[in-house]
Amino acid sequence: MTNAPALGPERPVAWPKRTVRTLSNGMQVVLAESRNFPKISAQLFFRRGNAITAKTNPGLAGMTATVVRTGTASRNSRQIEEDLRRMGADLGSHAGADTSAISISGLAEFSQQLLELVADLAQNANFPEDEFERERRQRFEELRVERTTPGFLAGERFRRVLFGEHPYAIVAPSEEQVAAYQREQLAEFYHQNYVPSDALLVIVGDFAASEMLAQVEKIFGGWKAPQSPLPEFPVPPRHSGRKVHLVHLPGSVQTQILLGNMGITRRDADWYRMVLANSIYGGAFHSRLVLNIREQKGYTYSPRSGNNALREYGYFTVNAAVRNDVVAATLTEIFYEMDRMRSVPVKPEELESARNYLTGVFSLGVATQDGVLGQLSTVYLERLPEDYLETYRARIHELTATDVMATARRHFDSKNSEIVVVGDRDQIAEQAALFGDVTEYNAQGMEVTSALR
Amino acid sequence: MKKLHIPVEHITLANGLRVAASPDRSAPVVTVGVYYQIGFRLEPHGRSGFAHLFEHMMFQGSENAGKMEHIRLINSSGGLLNGTTHYDITNYFESVPSNALERVLWLEADRMRALKVDDENLRNQRDVVKEEVRVNVMNQPYGGFPWLDLPPVAFRNWPNAHNFYGDFADLDAATLHDVQSFFRTYYAPNNAVLLMVGDLDPAQAFAQAKRYFEDIPPGPPPPRADVTEPPQIEERRGEVEEKFGPLPAIAIGYTLPKRETRDWYAMGIVDRVLHGGRAGRVHRKLVLEDEIAVDADGSADMLDTNGPTQMVSRIFYKPEFTSEQTIAAYDEVIRGVREARIGEDELDPVKVKFRADYYSMLEGGMGSHMPRFGLMHYLACFTLFDGDPNRVNTVLDGFLDVSPAEAQAAAQKILVPTNRAVLIRRPVALEMTP
Repeated sequence: MTNAPALGPERPVAWPKRTVRTLSNGMQVVLAESRNFPKISAQLFFRRGNAITAKTNPGLAGMTATVVRTGTASRNSRQIEEDLRRMGADLGSHAGADTSAISISGLAEFSQQLLELVADLAQNANFPEDEFERERRQRFEELRVERTTPGFLAGERFRRVLFGEHPYAIVAPSEEQVAAYQREQLAEFYHQNYVPSDALLVIVGDFAASEMLAQVEKIFGGWKAPQSPLPEFPVPPRHSGRKVHLVHLPGSVQTQILLGNMGITRRDADWYRMVLANSIYGGAFHSRLVLNIREQKGYTYSPRSGNNALREYGYFTVNAAVRNDVVAATLTEIFYEMDRMRSVPVKPEELESARNYLTGVFSLGVATQDGVLGQLSTVYLERLPEDYLETYRARIHELTATDVMATARRHFDSKNSEIVVVGDRDQIAEQAALFGDVTEYNAQGMEVTSALR
Repeated sequence: MKKLHIPVEHITLANGLRVAASPDRSAPVVTVGVYYQIGFRLEPHGRSGFAHLFEHMMFQGSENAGKMEHIRLINSSGGLLNGTTHYDITNYFESVPSNALERVLWLEADRMRALKVDDENLRNQRDVVKEEVRVNVMNQPYGGFPWLDLPPVAFRNWPNAHNFYGDFADLDAATLHDVQSFFRTYYAPNNAVLLMVGDLDPAQAFAQAKRYFEDIPPGPPPPRADVTEPPQIEERRGEVEEKFGPLPAIAIGYTLPKRETRDWYAMGIVDRVLHGGRAGRVHRKLVLEDEIAVDADGSADMLDTNGPTQMVSRIFYKPEFTSEQTIAAYDEVIRGVREARIGEDELDPVKVKFRADYYSMLEGGMGSHMPRFGLMHYLACFTLFDGDPNRVNTVLDGFLDVSPAEAQAAAQKILVPTNRAVLIRRPVALEMTP
């Protein structure tokens, strides 16, 4: 023990005061004042993303979001970009598996015009042919770069083996699939899914909530369009036994390891327990995984574990980029630490430490506009309880060593892990094969015949 | 226009440690930093990568907090921490609930007072740093482009021109003796500034700073490496192999004028006319109009450097074009800002964006869990480089005051071939084709 000063009395966290309304068109609006800096940040979400087009046109939601910002009935691409600069603003438009979103941040003195621009993009995008073709070409190049990036290749393979026929299996389209997109398909996705009836608009910043609400009503209130129902997706496969998936990247001077198993969503009763277990295992700098394979053994720079929660399913991952001669040694330690979580109760001091970490970092996360925006977006997008922010810290503090071990037993599924290694086959295949049957792929994502099989 | 005023108070302790505080009671959190005026530009000659390796060693143990103790104490207080190495500074910083402020000060003082590390720690962190270099540079497409590629082409003086992450042979050569001697030379309180930002009372915070830091003995003023560059009389060119990525890329850097001169401010604005995303002239010309590039943008490291530094454009271009065609199109953009004044109708929005970006940086600047990191960072730079943390409230005016004539004059002086370096990153895969 050290003679470090004890912590002083905690000052209560001032949770962002929220104004929540649902407009007559169904759009849910969440406003939070944050007045220290003369800026606002806003994000408009539609609850449809790449998952719904994964079978027919993988990545179509992503391409739609990209092209949305390039033109509307009244503004061309150049004007949109100049309008943004004039208002000191940054704009993003993205689609994930479950959502499509338009986000903007800029000076508060332009808040009305910023929201008008978001509304224009959400309702009147016109998908100019030349802009679409330019973005398509850019996407080809991005895909080619991604196919040389170890982190991308690991994530792509992992999601495929974990989710099987479920659309979450697909994280990126192929070049051929991008080549097949048609402008009309983008427009159709946009008209069907960029609709107010199930949308969420979160705005944080330097404004009076009552005035902002009136502005939002005026700008978005007249927009009417229904949401189409979500399709049913196939169930992900069951996983039994450890399997190794080797993505061969010739000449690689390091190996990217990514392994894990199906986990839970934020709405699962185990969520808080899993957050705590992950934090002790490998979710923080002072976690067992970092201590072991970085600070004791020096195998890697930035190992981490994580709970990845999508809308329908979650998954648990462990990743580390390690030097080629310690792939087997690292896997051994990763599984050792997982099994230790499952079999030995965490000591009181370590438990206390991890609980304090999570609750403290949570309050750091609501001390900036972007932090508040992120937290509120999660709560309302996932339809978590209204008092999620206010009760989070208490819920973490009440967890016990028994909770942690029971949760690790349920969700740190070390004996049924899917193990992805991305690196030079000649240097790592034998090491990887110690942990299960190896299937080999090339960087294009194609299965190849391995000499080891 | 609503003008932002940041409250700043500062003192200097008897041992020469400068201390600045900025209260903001809106959330019960503080961000604390200690910045030392030593960066990779100043590391010992022939010891590339040492400043960064040393930064890792600062987390390996101090007099009263052994290995992992520092990290455990911050994390278990509900806080996050990190450190980074720059050209002219190395920083160590924490964001914590404000009830942990005193603990953070104790920890930072403890490692300013004495580093307690052994050979095992050094071997361990040398391995960690090598994996860091592999994951960020050697095993990534466009790794190190252009921040590691361009300086050796652009500059002639070793402090500005070497491999900042470090050659592995140099990392291997580092000894524990080097570590302790580097610590004694550069990590004295009189070569540092302590920053405290957030939920605090300045008088109380200063009292705590005195309590923990004031009895750390000062050191002799550290030697300052001579970072001046010999006059450049030619355009400089270099080429580096791209082992993974499919696209050729070009970085073009123009060496910036001295900090705080009028030309320096003017170049801050010219940079945003040229770069700053899709509205910038470089992107518009190369990506949108000529369709030569897939991506083109750039930036200038201005506020946090204090020696030769460049405004850099980065262009990823289509393989069906040559580097010469790409550079020719880029040169047209450069001619544009040299030959004609930038109109107020372009300059005004650029300045609005400049102001907005500055505010965003002050508020966050390092993800969403390090509140006011940027404010802390700039307070440190303005203290160490300009001797006045209050520059955080006035520096913006210097940029917003730049006139079209000043911008053009600076462009004519700075954006010339004899002040630039061009670096081409050529994919290995392409070299086979004619």
